[in-house]
Amino acid sequence: MSCCVAGDIAFDRGAAQEAAAMRAELRLASREVGDNLVQTDLAVPDVHCGACMQKIERALGALPGVAHVRVNLSTRRVAIRWRSDAPMPPLLETLERLGYPAHLFDGDADRPDEVLSELIRAVAVAGFSAGNIMLLSVSVWAGAEPGTRDLFHWLSALIALPALVYSGRIFYRSAWRVLRAGHTNMDVPISIGVSLAFAMSLYDTVHHGAHAYFDATVSLLFFLLIGRTLDHMMRERARAAVKNLSRIAARGALVLHPDGRREYVPVAEIAPGMTILLAAGERVPVDARVEAGISDLDCALVSGESAPQPVGPGSMLRAGTLNLTGPLTVVATAAAKDSFLAEMVRLMEAAEAGRSGYRRIADRAARIYSPAVHLAAFLSFLGWYVVGGDWHQAVTIAVAVLIITCPCALGLAVPMVQVMAARRLFENGIMVKDGAAMERLTEVDTAVFDKTGTLTLGDLVLRNADAIPAEHFATAAALALHSRHPHSRAIAAEANRRGLRLVSFDRVVEHPGLGVEAVAGAVSWRLGRAAWALASNERGGAGDAGTVLARDGVALATFTFDDSLRPGAVEAIAALRARGIAVEMISGDAPEPVRQLAERLGIDRYQAGVLPADKTARIAELAAAGRKVLMVGDGLNDAPALVAAHASMAPASAADVGRNAADFVFLRDSLTAVPLALSVSRDAARLIRQNFALAIGYNALALPLAVAGYVTPLVAALAMSTSSILVVANALRLRAPRLGRRQTGGEGAAPNLARLKMEPAE
Amino acid sequence: MTDFFYLIPIALAIGAAALTAFLWSLRSGQYEDLEGAAERILLDDEAAEGPACNARPRGTA
Repeated sequence: MSCCVAGDIAFDRGAAQEAAAMRAELRLASREVGDNLVQTDLAVPDVHCGACMQKIERALGALPGVAHVRVNLSTRRVAIRWRSDAPMPPLLETLERLGYPAHLFDGDADRPDEVLSELIRAVAVAGFSAGNIMLLSVSVWAGAEPGTRDLFHWLSALIALPALVYSGRIFYRSAWRVLRAGHTNMDVPISIGVSLAFAMSLYDTVHHGAHAYFDATVSLLFFLLIGRTLDHMMRERARAAVKNLSRIAARGALVLHPDGRREYVPVAEIAPGMTILLAAGERVPVDARVEAGISDLDCALVSGESAPQPVGPGSMLRAGTLNLTGPLTVVATAAAKDSFLAEMVRLMEAAEAGRSGYRRIADRAARIYSPAVHLAAFLSFLGWYVVGGDWHQAVTIAVAVLIITCPCALGLAVPMVQVMAARRLFENGIMVKDGAAMERLTEVDTAVFDKTGTLTLGDLVLRNADAIPAEHFATAAALALHSRHPHSRAIAAEANRRGLRLVSFDRVVEHPGLGVEAVAGAVSWRLGRAAWALASNERGGAGDAGTVLARDGVALATFTFDDSLRPGAVEAIAALRARGIAVEMISGDAPEPVRQLAERLGIDRYQAGVLPADKTARIAELAAAGRKVLMVGDGLNDAPALVAAHASMAPASAADVGRNAADFVFLRDSLTAVPLALSVSRDAARLIRQNFALAIGYNALALPLAVAGYVTPLVAALAMSTSSILVVANALRLRAPRLGRRQTGGEGAAPNLARLKMEPAE
Repeated sequence: MTDFFYLIPIALAIGAAALTAFLWSLRSGQYEDLEGAAERILLDDEAAEGPACNARPRGTA
């Protein structure tokens, strides 16, 4: 934008301060890796091809002190190792210059995903065993003579044992955990079935029996582990993508010690009473009181207020608000753990307790399924024992029943569909926390929206641009270039869009909290608050709401602003209504802007000036009335409500806490992500039900065969594979149709984020 | 029948070798950036910033 050039001089001092603070922050976020090396991990969201990787690795690698650079294209991160005895290389600046703005991300980059690698190792071992045992089993089925058969059974047992111990422990652990807690899940019948089948087959092998189920047990583990791994990968991918978004709030602040020393102190170590120097553009690290300086604060993320708030000496600041225009000297009034942010986290934890009651579809199915399976197996054992009197035969049949009904298809039925659904959402710029979130979303019947930053974009636009004479507009825009106040930015952006030629002034001064003043010859121009810009006899009608342009105290033009509507908001709300979902709006903003927006969108239920705790209370009230609420919000003040709601969504621009609390995060600007997520989740739910029906129907067919004693290991292997393939094939159907139809909105809004896809969309 | 004494161990050994190779490649971080690896093969960089660079310090550790 053109304003960058003009603004450079004005921001120089602030920029230098910011750069110093940023470096201190980077250093805090880096870690020692030995050999005098320090590693810094940065998120680089715009990396998208091999050329980008090469460009970055070359440029950073050429910096003095840098030992090793490696870009990870899958996670869009770069790891840089540099020598700790040299000064810190200008990493962010270099990346910025290359055109890949980078930022620190919150989280545990240094901790590799242990669970995933454990799962993959388990899959590998199970796959190896299943393959080899199958090889031996085919020979047995083909009719090996008894001696060979026994040898092959022994070999199978030998191969199966490590697989059962190593790969099976994932299921045993989970089953043991839920059993101890007094519940049951899918892993209970799996663990029992697998162990019993193995024990029985071993017994038969010892006694030269004709049938052994080693192949069935191990391939069962193999199939189930694939489902488990897919499920985990889906969640990890979304989690990593969300982590990349979270720019670290404020890791520290510049503290002025009583002896005049300045030190960059981590947030956690800031104590009440410390004096903090807060530059323009920085977030308030802890709750504080202003000691000196005048500025404007952006409270949109904290309280939902869309208009910037003027602050001066004596004003109380809440942690998380953004200092916009002038440097402030503030005194901390609370430690980080007692600040507004921490209070929100406590509210969220309280809300969390209320939601833990949700049980996933698979677990609910297991609650009915596993007793039924065990009962069937037990009854067939009893029946055969009473009738035949041969306990060995009775146990063999009971084991066959357990194997044939083992929820192999069920174990794949849910994760396969959810992985496909998550991928489809991902292609449309929506990230899902886990499969349970999709299940909950389908049950929603009420949607509650936050206003600022959710239904609106949170940045102001000039409303009455057409009513202002072009020459005054140009003058105002020239002044506006020198300020970061949202009103100034809106004026400058509009002027830029209209391609106005701007005048230049000899001297421009920003008066924080008031406005911008310029002197051209003998004339003084002011753009800002009416009370300041106008001579006392001129004030009156203008009010305090807008921004005025004045020449020597005489008003020339008044600018009024509006929060810009998020693209797709109207369509999204209409689409939700069409699906029979009630729409509400709760905002922390003043009543007037809330009412205006509600009218524009046709929302008849809305509340303004709501405190964070009251938002949760409203959600609880709706829940108590039997409604399933979808909360869509972005602010810190929405975070507790996001947790309290049955399902929740947040835009990528949301506060970190809110984004981490939300089930879904949408990366593109358009709000049509909400109905899209809903319809994909509903499609997924339908396919999951079909898959359940398939699996259960198949079991209903196979069970009588097993009970009657006709299931040999060969039949079991065939039946299991067919049902798994059926279920997987059905899940793949989610991909094919419908994709083109709903690819709406948000195009061009965030092209770099839009590229966050797994493979080319059809 | 005696053929089994050679053939089965050979079959198992081949399978086990594949398994070990997979586990090794997993541990040395070769699956950490699949998209990146796919792109890197197209870069004609003399410095050869291949996966081996990443694997070496960990492999020897």
